[in-house]
Amino acid sequence: MGDPILRVENITKSFNGESILKGVNLSLGKGEIKILIGPSGGGKSTLLQCMNCLVTPDSGKFWLEGKPVDITHKQELYDLRQQVGMIFQEFNLFDHLTALDNLTIALRKVKKLSKKAAIARAMIELSQVGLADKINLYPAELSGGQKQRVAIARALAMDPKVLLLDEPTSALDPEVMGEVIDVIRNLAKQGMTMIMATHQVSLIRTLAHEILFMEAGSVVEQGQPDTLLVPGSRSQDFCDKLNFITGERP
Amino acid sequence: MINLILSPEKGLKVVLSPFYQELFASLNRGLVMSVGLIIPSALGGVLIGVIAGCLRTYGGAFVRRACDTYAAIFRGTPLVVQLFILYFGLPNIGIYLSPYWAAVTGFMLCSGAYQSEYIRGALLSIKQNQSFGAQALGFSNFQSIVWIIIPQAMRKALPGCGNEIVYLIKYSSLAYVVTFMELTGEGKTIATEYFRFTEVFAIIGLYYLLLVSLAILVLKKIEAAIHVPGFGKS
Repeated sequence: MGDPILRVENITKSFNGESILKGVNLSLGKGEIKILIGPSGGGKSTLLQCMNCLVTPDSGKFWLEGKPVDITHKQELYDLRQQVGMIFQEFNLFDHLTALDNLTIALRKVKKLSKKAAIARAMIELSQVGLADKINLYPAELSGGQKQRVAIARALAMDPKVLLLDEPTSALDPEVMGEVIDVIRNLAKQGMTMIMATHQVSLIRTLAHEILFMEAGSVVEQGQPDTLLVPGSRSQDFCDKLNFITGERP
Repeated sequence: MINLILSPEKGLKVVLSPFYQELFASLNRGLVMSVGLIIPSALGGVLIGVIAGCLRTYGGAFVRRACDTYAAIFRGTPLVVQLFILYFGLPNIGIYLSPYWAAVTGFMLCSGAYQSEYIRGALLSIKQNQSFGAQALGFSNFQSIVWIIIPQAMRKALPGCGNEIVYLIKYSSLAYVVTFMELTGEGKTIATEYFRFTEVFAIIGLYYLLLVSLAILVLKKIEAAIHVPGFGKS
């Protein structure tokens, strides 16, 4: 196996003197899907935001496809972010732009594509997530599920090598959750490298190559679902609680 | 005010009395001068406001402090004092401005200070998730401000900025204190000459009302043109 696509080492982060991440190490091989679980406030979101430096870690080293990335160097940082796509809980679509323009603006300003090429690429991605008929609608005119699908299409249009997904279904009501989950399953089938924080037990069981259980800023359990989701483990206990809340059967 | 003349050759003719003929000729001349003051002052004010507003929000410590000081001075002192300094004070240090340029400079700087406050407020109101969304796609900080934050902030700032332009139209009447003969100055000359203050200033008021109404109409058109459904409500 070659170099991991993305590797981070000893990521630490504190806010107002409170330690949120206490030296997390993580690597993602090509096509690998890792799922972060754990209680709220455990550092999952902060870890994902540190992995593409939307939140600057206090310390930590980064490698992209084996090459070290100097995150204090602005251009290297922007390149890292371009290649590490991110999906947010709250979608973070640009409110003043249509679905189509949400995709084309980054293609034009960051990837420097021509207007025509950007529109063609955006149309492909929006069709892939089943939104070819909604391209001229603004975010406020889309449902939560549609917004998240636009956000996924927007990230994919940049040809990321890795996708970071920060609880992509938690702001959605159950009726539209399924459409986003389907898109994520399709990405997994196509071999996209992903790391996802989620409370969706069905995704944890069926998609994860590896589960990382985070608590109080550290990864406290790590392993394949078969070995980790066994009675008595912290992860299984957590999934049981999620099942109890959502009514899902293990 | 109006004389009606009926002659076999020209039919019924409406003729203004000599006083009103002189008044409207002067006021129309003043109106042209006022518009010539207001348009560059408003455009310059918005430009200064956008630049100062951005620097006050995103600039480094020194730049931010310098721009805050500029805004504090021009918002904190009377416009008439600023105009006197520009026109009567600067010649003491060898800078001579014509009445027109003293007025335009004063209006631009004063308007820019207020506009910068509207812009700053609008920039700060844009949620952090918008810049997160942009940066996660590889936008530089500068690109995310220019392409994502400012276009949204301008939409939020427009009502306030428009209000400042309405004020500007009215305080442009202060240009006459630096001897620039605009609408109010022309009217005042006639009013003093004929000692007919009430009617002259009532008509001047109507001229300003017309200008402000026109400005409001244009601002509404701009607001409609950049309207985004549901923007700022979610």
